[in-house]
Amino acid sequence: MRYRTRILIDKLFKGIFKTTGFLVLALLGGIFAMLVYNSVSFFLDIKPLDFITGMEWAPTAKVPKYGMLPLIISTTFVTLGAMIIAIPLGIGTAAFISEYAGKRLKNILKPAIEMLAAIPSVVIGFLGIVVVSPGIANMADLPNGLNALNGAILLAIMALPTIITVAEDAIHAVPNAYKEASYGVGATKWQTLRKVIIPAAAPGIIAAVMLGVGRAIGETMTVLMATGNASLIPSGMFDSVKTMTATIAIEMGEVPYQTTHYYALYAIATVLFFMTLFANLVGEFFINRFRKYHAV
Amino acid sequence: MQYKTNKLSSVIEWGTLLSTTLIVCFFLIVIIWEIVSKGASSLSWEFISKVPSEGMTKGGILTPIIGTVLLTLITALFAIPFGVCCAIYLNEYAENNWLTRTIRAAIRNLSGVPSIIYGLFGLALFVQALQFGTSLIAAGLTLGLLSLPYIITTTEEALKRIPNSTREAALAVGATKFETIKDVVLPSAMSGILTGVVLTLSRAAGETAPILFTGAAFYINGSTGYINQEFMALPYHLYMLSTQHQSIDQVRPIAYGTALVLVIVVFLLNLTAFYIRYKYRKNEN
Amino acid sequence: MKTKLSAENLNISFGDKQVLKNINVSFAEKEITALIGPSGCGKSTLLRSFNRMHDLSPDAHINGILRLEDLDLYAKNVPVTEIRKRIGMVFQKANPFPKSIYENIAYGLKINNLPHDKEVIQKALEEAYLWDEVKNDLKMPATRLSGGQQQRLCIARAVALRPEVILMDEPCSALDPVSTLKIEELIKHLKKKYTIVIVTHNMQQAQRIADKTVFMYLGEVKEEGITSDIFNHPKNEMTSNYINGHFG
Repeated sequence: MRYRTRILIDKLFKGIFKTTGFLVLALLGGIFAMLVYNSVSFFLDIKPLDFITGMEWAPTAKVPKYGMLPLIISTTFVTLGAMIIAIPLGIGTAAFISEYAGKRLKNILKPAIEMLAAIPSVVIGFLGIVVVSPGIANMADLPNGLNALNGAILLAIMALPTIITVAEDAIHAVPNAYKEASYGVGATKWQTLRKVIIPAAAPGIIAAVMLGVGRAIGETMTVLMATGNASLIPSGMFDSVKTMTATIAIEMGEVPYQTTHYYALYAIATVLFFMTLFANLVGEFFINRFRKYHAV
Repeated sequence: MQYKTNKLSSVIEWGTLLSTTLIVCFFLIVIIWEIVSKGASSLSWEFISKVPSEGMTKGGILTPIIGTVLLTLITALFAIPFGVCCAIYLNEYAENNWLTRTIRAAIRNLSGVPSIIYGLFGLALFVQALQFGTSLIAAGLTLGLLSLPYIITTTEEALKRIPNSTREAALAVGATKFETIKDVVLPSAMSGILTGVVLTLSRAAGETAPILFTGAAFYINGSTGYINQEFMALPYHLYMLSTQHQSIDQVRPIAYGTALVLVIVVFLLNLTAFYIRYKYRKNEN
Repeated sequence: MKTKLSAENLNISFGDKQVLKNINVSFAEKEITALIGPSGCGKSTLLRSFNRMHDLSPDAHINGILRLEDLDLYAKNVPVTEIRKRIGMVFQKANPFPKSIYENIAYGLKINNLPHDKEVIQKALEEAYLWDEVKNDLKMPATRLSGGQQQRLCIARAVALRPEVILMDEPCSALDPVSTLKIEELIKHLKKKYTIVIVTHNMQQAQRIADKTVFMYLGEVKEEGITSDIFNHPKNEMTSNYINGHFG
């Protein structure tokens, strides 16, 4: 090939590569613009404050009500419940893998966690229907077990791989010198773990939890299938709930194009977008802090 | 005495952490056991080679299998070149300035966006604005967008592992930057890139939320696989059979079979990725 | 003796950090010149400026004139790939392509549109004293060769393009003494055809192979001349301290 052709190809591809970089920006911008555009259309009809604090979500009623508080509370319920289950299990497992498990056990446990992460959410949701729901119904003597608790258990399972992996990295990265210093003054393994390792790894563990929260808030299929989808403000974990993601998933398929209800779903998506963004930003903040701390 | 209590408490402590780990493993075992034990009886050559019939209460799941394969193919065709090019730009060309940092922040951000929002975006962009309608292509591209940040991140990581001396070797014999990337950098990073790509595709193949409004169909009668028409897909089929079908109990065995096939597909893709990684690490040593 | 490669008033900085200060140096044709000096003195930076390897670093600022004979190496209309074809380079750590031994030599020839048949490959390998060891394994991945063999392959790769100059950046620093001696012998043999500039940390190596030696310190050339003069009668006190091992 002649030199000039080669240079031309070189420049052409540099242009192509650069364009893809900008297209990624455009993608995020596009998602953001879509959310904002449709939300603005919605807020022309409904006041933002009424939307956020409204106690009733009934968009198909004769007098439609667009209060998303039940949805926010539902999402919060399920996410909180999931974290109550997943945080102790996740951190305990991370600590076990990092500090107690031998090499061979590690080689079994780590792929097991990756397998758990690989299971599609729709399969977990299906198991919510066929395994968890009858279980809850039996134990609590309910007609069915499609409720907030069911969603929380499933979301905990979905968030666990994220929490375990990130927390394990954090615990593993604690310098050996810290541990040796602790053992040197006669501390037991458990004392060392609680008083030295966990505090040193704390930013990484917080990051793990926040990333798990982000994952749980944004998860759609499991909660859609397993929580019963009643759009009322729940009063306990045995109540049926309808999360923000599930509301979008259910109602988007049925709603007429460019109606207030249609725009309302985008408004929910916007709130959802910022909630997950917040969780992920906090997570990222702590990961960076952790990295800086241990890079020294 | 003191020593004994210490020993006892350390056993309890060890037991506590072990039990959390066992509970997590128990979740995995229950999931796999339930799907395999109840799905295995549905699994047969007929099940994967016949189309659904009699209101999906009989027959197999060939139509959703074809749909998922084609869907994943479109996802791959779109997301791999796009993602790899973007990773090349970031790792090989981009200077460390605000623009690059913004692009990186955007990518991290995109990987945290809930999949249902990608579904909405696909609906707004591909189905409505570009007028593809609810179709295989619209859903495939939507999943492609969802996969992009993962492909970019894993590809960039693979490119980062290639030492600069490898690039210099090609430049020093007179290669242009593009030739260096095409002939030396990409081949060296290939196994790392492939691992990330296959893992991402296994994730995409199991996604349901993004295809809900962009083209997944309840039921397709007759021929399927047209790029501009709706399609059936394994995850959506499972969702539909377990929540939307009018005789849910009757189709439960088919739902279990579908779940098993979906899990097998995803695990096989994962195993492929691990195999590539393993082989690569072995070659490296 | 004819000057092959030269730098005039060369200043190089990376960002705010000035690495080379007003360098004036020239290298004679078909001679071996050693660049010596403590770590961080800028000898590698100087070496790499001749085949424009700094083009890769966006924060590198290069001022001054570098020439290959009469050709201004940084002139706008001079293709950088052409320069790198004429000025070959061998790196500190052997960096064969992740390809076969044969392809390692053929690649540079292919992209530069030069003949790359088996005879050309064989000749390059012979010139690098490697042919006899690999002639039966040309399809083997180059990464399976030993460290010393890999480095000779890299030399063969550079030689295959028939460059006029070969730059060597501490080519033996990662090798055992036996491989090092083999490569030194090879370098002395290559001098018949090529102009060689070699960066080295090893003072014995400089004395064994170099015709001329340039001593650098903190980004400046402190002393240059015939190797035996530099080592036996250094004029600069800094040079004398360095070669006697007082620092470095």
